[in-house]
Amino acid sequence: MTRPAPLGDRVRKPEGKWSGTAWLRRAPLLPALLFTIVVTQIPFLLTVFYSFQSWNLVRPGSRHFVGLRNYLDVFADSQFRGAMLNTVLLTVVCVLVAMLLGLGLALLLDRKFLGRGVVRTLLITPFLILPAAGALLWKTTMFDPTYGLLNFVLGADTDWLSEYPLASVMAQIVWQWTPFMMLLILAGLQAQSKEVLEAAAVDGAGRWRTFASITLPQLGRYLQLAILLGAIYIVNSFDAIFLMTQGGPGTASTNLPYYIYQRAFEGFDVGQSAAMGVIVVILTLIVATFALRLMFRTFGLSEVR
Amino acid sequence: MMRTANPAGRWALTAFTWVVAILFVFPLLWMVITAFKQEADAYTDPPRLVFTPTLDQFAGVLERGFLPYLGNSAFVTVVSTLLVLLMAVPAAYALSIAAVPGTRDALGFFLSTKMLPIVAAIIPLYVISQNLKLLDNVWALVILYTAMNLPLAIWMMRSFFLEVPKEMVEAGRVDGAPLPTLLFKVILPVVAPGIAATALICVIFSWTEFFYAVNLTAAQAGTVPVFLVGFITSEGLYWAQLSAAALLASLPVMIIGWIAQNHLVRGLSMGAVK
Repeated sequence: MTRPAPLGDRVRKPEGKWSGTAWLRRAPLLPALLFTIVVTQIPFLLTVFYSFQSWNLVRPGSRHFVGLRNYLDVFADSQFRGAMLNTVLLTVVCVLVAMLLGLGLALLLDRKFLGRGVVRTLLITPFLILPAAGALLWKTTMFDPTYGLLNFVLGADTDWLSEYPLASVMAQIVWQWTPFMMLLILAGLQAQSKEVLEAAAVDGAGRWRTFASITLPQLGRYLQLAILLGAIYIVNSFDAIFLMTQGGPGTASTNLPYYIYQRAFEGFDVGQSAAMGVIVVILTLIVATFALRLMFRTFGLSEVR
Repeated sequence: MMRTANPAGRWALTAFTWVVAILFVFPLLWMVITAFKQEADAYTDPPRLVFTPTLDQFAGVLERGFLPYLGNSAFVTVVSTLLVLLMAVPAAYALSIAAVPGTRDALGFFLSTKMLPIVAAIIPLYVISQNLKLLDNVWALVILYTAMNLPLAIWMMRSFFLEVPKEMVEAGRVDGAPLPTLLFKVILPVVAPGIAATALICVIFSWTEFFYAVNLTAAQAGTVPVFLVGFITSEGLYWAQLSAAALLASLPVMIIGWIAQNHLVRGLSMGAVK
């Protein structure tokens, strides 16, 4: 795999990096760049600024500078740690399970059969309905202790959302994101070179052998992409938790986005929630640095300046 | 890939695939069925499959004031998608066909904004919206959704631009065609399907966005997800009406997605996958 060019090579360009013509060539890029900087970076800078203040909206005039106090409080907050753990758990489990299910469905779809188009259309639909609708649907139709389909099928009378809150939320998120994984993996399967597969068949390789030593390695790029993109979205999960469990019971299904939301919009504690936001951003940046590198490799962008 | 030697095995696999697919979408099928029930038929123990279908729930949803929310969603989605295309197409051009120095840094920057947790910005966004009198105003969502989809659209459009044959562009340049001619006569016809796919993804993500909508809008500028939230805060749930509302709210995006499912993959993978 190629590595990024050393910095020296990157700067040495025929026309200086910031010369007049270079700016002219950059002109088409500028609206998008400026817009993105203004809309995404200013709020983050303000988040950092607020995080050094004690500021509670329900106590007017209470706003003052407190240095790192909010951060110390956040680190001492066991609920924050719990929410962080839930976020990691939720993201890892949902991404992996959705990917495995997606892989299974993609393998089933990657052959010609009666009604293939219809089946594919059915299978992508959970991704197309509003996540809010999906969450409410699962809360009522599937998980309701008295009238829910799950208890009807299992002959149980479990109150899923209070007994297994995190698992219930995960089930809904997995259901929502499996089609996405399936579509990506299906694209990977269909991009496989047919000759290699035929050669394997001629050589007498069995189905599992072919899958393990040819298909899976070829899918690698697609699986990486699926994990990365799935993680970006699932780590921010809010709808399902807000609508299904409200983070409860207690804090059993509270993840970081929901906890920060609670602190900001129910506790009105701007300083604290801002400090949490900053911590989350720093953690995300650490993970994202690796993710970006992976992304550039996946897209073959390592050589691009 | 799945090869099965005998026809019986093949039929069994097909049947299995169908069963799995129907089980998978069953919650949705049940939602559609429930939408046509009376409330009394919606929650019964055991669940009821035989009932007299009715359109009452859809009428009820409209009576509850669904249309303004639908209008807000349509406005926010259309305007933000147009704004995204307006900025993403030139940007992607500058990052592919006329690649500028620092392309990689720019692409990295755009992508990094997608990786930042949106929740970390919600407080300042709330305060800013309040100060700019944009709370419960559709324009706040237009701006935020544009920023939300722009990075995705740039990555995606770039991959479509990279597919424009170099020779075509070069030939145009040698002939001395001015940039606008080059753009409109040579490049845009090739990337038109890509623009459509990009627009599709922006529409899906704007239409379904929940977090900003719930926190920054209320009755005036609320979008369809906000309308659905109204069902959990009211006294008990109206399952049948909720199902009808969920169906109506999702239908536009469902139909667009069904029609354009072949473009979905490229869009969702930011163009990485053909």
